[in-house]
Amino acid sequence: MEFEELRRLEQVATQVRLQIMNMIYEAQTGHTGSSLGETDILVSLYFGGILRVDPKQPDWEGRDRFILSKGHAVEAYYATLAQMGFFDPDLLKTYCHYGSPFIGHPNNKIPGVEMNTGALGHGLAIGVGMALAGRLSEPDSKSRYRVFVLMGDGELAEGSVWEAAMAASHYQLDNLVAIVDRNRLQISGSTENVMSLEPLHSKWESFGWDVREIDGHDYRGLIDTFASVPFSKSRPSLVIANTIKGKGISFAENRAGWHHHVPTEEEYLRALDELNALLGGGAQ
Amino acid sequence: MTVVALRQVFNEVLMEIAPQHPELVVLTSDSRGSAALSPFAQTYPKQFIEVGIAEQNIVGIASGLASCGYTPFVFSPACFLSMRAIEQIKVDVAYSGTNVKLIGISGGVSYGTLGMSHHSLQDIAVTRAIPGLQVVLPSDRFEVRKLVDALLTDRHGTYVRIGRNPVRDVYADDNFAFEIGKAVRLRQGEDVTLVSTGEMVRLALDVWERLAHEGISATVLNMHTLKPFDRNAILAEVNKTRLFVTLEEHSIHGGLGGAVAEVLSQECPKPLLILGIPDEPAVTGSQQEILAHYGLTPEGVTNTVLGRMKRL
Repeated sequence: MEFEELRRLEQVATQVRLQIMNMIYEAQTGHTGSSLGETDILVSLYFGGILRVDPKQPDWEGRDRFILSKGHAVEAYYATLAQMGFFDPDLLKTYCHYGSPFIGHPNNKIPGVEMNTGALGHGLAIGVGMALAGRLSEPDSKSRYRVFVLMGDGELAEGSVWEAAMAASHYQLDNLVAIVDRNRLQISGSTENVMSLEPLHSKWESFGWDVREIDGHDYRGLIDTFASVPFSKSRPSLVIANTIKGKGISFAENRAGWHHHVPTEEEYLRALDELNALLGGGAQ
Repeated sequence: MTVVALRQVFNEVLMEIAPQHPELVVLTSDSRGSAALSPFAQTYPKQFIEVGIAEQNIVGIASGLASCGYTPFVFSPACFLSMRAIEQIKVDVAYSGTNVKLIGISGGVSYGTLGMSHHSLQDIAVTRAIPGLQVVLPSDRFEVRKLVDALLTDRHGTYVRIGRNPVRDVYADDNFAFEIGKAVRLRQGEDVTLVSTGEMVRLALDVWERLAHEGISATVLNMHTLKPFDRNAILAEVNKTRLFVTLEEHSIHGGLGGAVAEVLSQECPKPLLILGIPDEPAVTGSQQEILAHYGLTPEGVTNTVLGRMKRL
């Protein structure tokens, strides 16, 4: 990847993180740490040329499908869609305001959002259905749309995830890609203390998935990995993206308390300073 | 009079229409036998998806298929589908607005001997409280055929409940209008209004006959749709009869009786008798034995109605 391309993705991600902070501070509610942590994954998918989507035709039938199964981390998702041009970023000023469609979880009344999520453990089964639909509609695997599902690691305690994992490999859905945002933290603390997930890699492998584990903040690795799906023919692909909850704001990183902490005014201004410094200028 | 299980009618209709409806997909949760869908599965394997014993998964998968333009018909035992997967029904179907047809099979006390785990006596109460979800209980083979036609053009998520055992006809033929959300008045009387749903509509007609022998004339309303609820059909009878009676194979709480009570009590209070399964783990036995235990037979209901009319 060229240096300029890398720089472009970083700039987009910083804009997304600024938007996240603005939305949450303005609304005084949100999932700050979760959204900041998944931002680089979303930017890689949408701005790294992975997802075949068209903001001008959000309902285009042949589009790749993306489902944010960890629906609480919606701020990064809305901000990414806005940056892509699915809707006017100004609309995000209404985030969580009375009557706004931009509620605290994905809402499929918004262009680019496929399904309403928020109840954890639902997204992968929906993804299995979409991947089956893709195969029914398009016999040629090369032109068939793909389905990407982003889950949180804490979410994996939901049994329904494993029902869907079983079905995906049973049906050999190689047009299905699941990503685990592996930040190792959930609302009550470490995932391994709340309900241990390890050995995660081999759990998914034993369910029939081809698994890759990568740094969830390294664009090169993210994009190369996503570009190489399916990892093997006739198997669903699972990406464990190791991330840092709260990534991009020094004092929020790796702190479970920031799962849905709303920044104070001081924290908000410090966060903006840090992010603006990354943009290489002082303008907010 | 033909006696046939409605699950078999579903299979027949779906077999007939599958070739003309490539968007139709049928899903089961290891329940193709219970749903009488083995012939469909064998004949149309490309339109049949087996999900295994995983009700949450079957509803999620169906929602994904529906969001991509397919019309999934999910067949799964009503007791599990309406309870284990209720969050997927609420979120993935009703809230996301996916066109999923949920067919709860072996509903009510169809699995009579198997106990409360397999009885489905709360499903109407739970599903009808979910906004955007339609709830329909067809009464006989003619109504199932019309319902399937309606479901193919309708785009709403819908929960349908049928029983397991053969049922007698309610209608003489298919010469009647069927519309989701519109009750059908099968008889018009002057003393009592019997409101029933699903496979208990036949019981209401049997009661109508017995009441007639006693000199009581009854209206019979087939309330096949519990949601959206045809309030006007209830209100239209308020000034014509003195007593309302609801009959359902469901808990007396939150089902058809509850829906009628909501309308009457708020719009035009009238005496109401809610007949169904009381608030207890239902006794076990055959379906007919259980219904008889709770007085849900032509004779039992007739006697209960006559007793209540004496106190009007």
